[in-house]
Amino acid sequence: MSLTELTIADAAQGLRARKFSAVELVRAHTDAIDALNPRLNAYITPTKDAALKAAQQADEALAKGEARSLTGIPLGIKDLFCTNGVRTTAASNILRNFVPPYESTVTANLLRDGAVFVGKTNLDEFAMGSANITSAFGPVENPWKRNGDDVALVPGGSSGGSAAAVAAGLAMGATGTDTGGSIRQPAAYCGIVGLKPTYGRCSRFGTIAYASSLDQAGPMARSVRDCAIMLQSMAGFDERDSTSVNCDVPDYSAAIGRSLKGLKVGIPAEYRAEGLSAEIAAAWQQGIDWLKAAGCEIVDVSLPHTKYGLATYYIVAPAECSSNLARYDGLRFGERVPGDTLDAMYEATRRAGFGPEVRRRIMMGTYVLSAGYYDAYYLKAQKVRTLIRRDFTEAFQKVDVLLTPTAPTPAFAQGEQSDDPVQMYLNDIFTVPASMAGMPAMSVPVGLGATGLPLGLQLIGRPFDEETLLATGSALEQAAGFTHRPAIRAEAAK
Amino acid sequence: MTYTIEGKTGAWEIVVGLEVHAQVISHSKLFSGASASYGGEPNTHVSLVDAGFPGMLPVLNQECVAQAIRTGLGLRARINLESRFDRKNYFYADLPTGYQISQFTHPIVGEGTVEIELSDGTVRHIGITRLHMEQDAGKSLHDQDPARSFIDLNRAGVALMEIVSEPDIRCPEEAGAYLRKLRQILRYLGTCDGNMEEGSMRADVNVSVRKAGEPFRTRCEIKNVNSIRYVMHAIEVEATRQIEVWEDGGEVDQETRLFDPARNETRSLRSKEDAHDYRYFPDPDLLPLVVEQAWVDELERGLPELPDDKRDRFVKEYGIPRYDASVLVAEQAIADYYEEVAKGRDARLAANWVTGDLFGALNRTGRTIADSPISAAALGGMLDLVSDKTINGKIAKEVFEDMLETGDSAAAIVDRKGLKQVTDTGAIDAAVADVMARNADKVEEYRGGKDRLFGFFVGQVMKAMAGKANPAMVNEALKKVL
Repeated sequence: MSLTELTIADAAQGLRARKFSAVELVRAHTDAIDALNPRLNAYITPTKDAALKAAQQADEALAKGEARSLTGIPLGIKDLFCTNGVRTTAASNILRNFVPPYESTVTANLLRDGAVFVGKTNLDEFAMGSANITSAFGPVENPWKRNGDDVALVPGGSSGGSAAAVAAGLAMGATGTDTGGSIRQPAAYCGIVGLKPTYGRCSRFGTIAYASSLDQAGPMARSVRDCAIMLQSMAGFDERDSTSVNCDVPDYSAAIGRSLKGLKVGIPAEYRAEGLSAEIAAAWQQGIDWLKAAGCEIVDVSLPHTKYGLATYYIVAPAECSSNLARYDGLRFGERVPGDTLDAMYEATRRAGFGPEVRRRIMMGTYVLSAGYYDAYYLKAQKVRTLIRRDFTEAFQKVDVLLTPTAPTPAFAQGEQSDDPVQMYLNDIFTVPASMAGMPAMSVPVGLGATGLPLGLQLIGRPFDEETLLATGSALEQAAGFTHRPAIRAEAAK
Repeated sequence: MTYTIEGKTGAWEIVVGLEVHAQVISHSKLFSGASASYGGEPNTHVSLVDAGFPGMLPVLNQECVAQAIRTGLGLRARINLESRFDRKNYFYADLPTGYQISQFTHPIVGEGTVEIELSDGTVRHIGITRLHMEQDAGKSLHDQDPARSFIDLNRAGVALMEIVSEPDIRCPEEAGAYLRKLRQILRYLGTCDGNMEEGSMRADVNVSVRKAGEPFRTRCEIKNVNSIRYVMHAIEVEATRQIEVWEDGGEVDQETRLFDPARNETRSLRSKEDAHDYRYFPDPDLLPLVVEQAWVDELERGLPELPDDKRDRFVKEYGIPRYDASVLVAEQAIADYYEEVAKGRDARLAANWVTGDLFGALNRTGRTIADSPISAAALGGMLDLVSDKTINGKIAKEVFEDMLETGDSAAAIVDRKGLKQVTDTGAIDAAVADVMARNADKVEEYRGGKDRLFGFFVGQVMKAMAGKANPAMVNEALKKVL
């Protein structure tokens, strides 16, 4: 099998068995990036030289028998994680040339475990978007094609570069961040597995903030087990992030293949929403049937405040981002456009530095926090958020995990939905509620739709119960036998 | 009597509330590990968190929380076991993140009270509304270059306590007394050095005026006044201005003003219309701050004796007047000095020497109690010589001056100068006889009823004995003979 088609688990075995070297494995991926990135634009900054050097060190460690869980494994890093000495842009002009002198906790954990970073992946600017079309470095193309046409499709967003890279074999896995669906929705669009852990499971230190109370890093990979391996490394308490939670990190891989007999799976009625495509409804039913066959008990549940999720999200997230992004003022780092006065400098810098979607969200957020509007918008949204969280808490008194679609449609074409921001926001309708509640959730590819595009189902679990997600996800994965690969990929490009 | 300012239309009362920003004494900043110490080359005490770099997160410094709680306890205030940090959003060059982390809606300390004493002995209680923690901003330097401003972030992120008083203050003297008392409490607690010149304590002064019996009128806030004297001046100047506005038929606008001590006037900084909309909201990077009552209790047990308690104890334990006790507890170091002198000795005498001769000497030599040329033990040693009648009070003054100059002990000086008090009755009787013989006329007058001449005889005998005679024995001998 080609090195760019392997799972992380298999590659780690292959490396230990010296079937191939880390340099070979990493070079296969950097070659793939050289070949395909000009088209896919999945990476903003490939880091080939550093990756090959790191691969040599990985080989030395392997030779000495000092390999760790990710030694020699080529990963893509969403360009929202600060990486020491490597340009970190957040896909924004304002950080176009920003090189942080520090490493995010999540990437430091991956490096500690031997991972090799092959580049910084593209994303929606400051993680704001659902199609990876707001990047200042250009859109990412989904490696999948509809049957019979070559129209460029979006990879989803905001972790679109990570999803496309993993799907096309330009990385074995990648980090993503998820604020309202930014790991799960692109994972679904690109036919890979994406896991958003419980809020507080992975440290946010060194990850550029979009909406602090929602942002959570997670793994994106081609198998559930690979996500477990990556999460094992990424997760953990960090005293530098006051919102990270100090509880033990269990052995995630041990959950893979666990028996699901007697597991109660909730099917929330509210997710049978308008606009849910027939093919996704069918995939959902298929998933239900598979889990039933695996011994699960299917239970109908209600999450009555689901319909307010999106509206609430688009108050809370912009409010936080309007404040979080105030630091990009051209004074201490990042790009600066001079002005005659301090205010003129701020205006020129931020006008040139931020794209239209970021500006829109900053304005919305500024508005909802303004005196006179705060109670009507922000405060009310916080109250609704509490109700959304309570919906989940009550559902989890009856069931162990929830099964829903990840997104209402499969991937769409670049330009198809971008005229209407509200239409674009609707892509997150199924992913936002779990984000608002801080629950862990995962998207697993379960099949292809009518046009040949991958479809994903979402599992939502109890706080800090990523293990049940992984166990259930692996059962779905096994039942689906999803082995389809995109048209554009490293192996096919040879 | 109520303090008033006389206007054209009669007497006006003034109403003042103070917001004091007190810099917390701590090693590191409120949310970062950077040094919080004063001074240092510009931008040398700055962490990536303070500079607001992407992905940096605040982590609360527990020692700053402890200091805020200690201060709250010192102000006899309610400690809120759950409080919260909010973001106060505004753009400025010395505010790296574009927001200040502060406690807007849920402060760590609630209502308390500060007792003040005025020069006429009146005691008043000024209410504390709240105390909350917040970050300081950096410093903008506009005078280093004709075209550019420079930013020093050393101070950015240093912990401040904002202590807000009720509008209970009614005259400049009360404002001064309140600030001095607050500073005294903070210094006793070791939570703020109270140094207004270095900016570690600054006051925003809210001033309004009204006719007796009226509800409050519109107030103005005078920002960042940096000395107690200026606060007192600013109140008077601003109140006078407001009275003129009202009396000329105008309206006082709610606005922020600056006090210019050189011109002795306040100037408008920004009006209510230009007031920032700070868009406060809970900081999502920080969890609500929850403290255990047990920890608060532990901090309370560790508190030093506070000035009011110490003053009351001094009155009770040492039998000294309340005024003297207040003077002695002004600073912890003075109180400690006094107690060392007074312990096991005549406490009233000790109080007189410390507040009189010692303070005079410190004033003259420009020293503080900490570097007093006469230690508490040395002063105590001198008082012992007075008590055991080795020297009398008059000689003691001479010995004290010598101690100041030479640093020698009182005993050594008495020996060196031969100042030991004469208690030999023979010597005293001889001197008495001699004085009587030389002043036969005065003796006659005295016996004729001129009682007040007694002092003259005492003086003459003391003079004859170079001041060293025991005054009580001289009195006795004179009475016998006369």
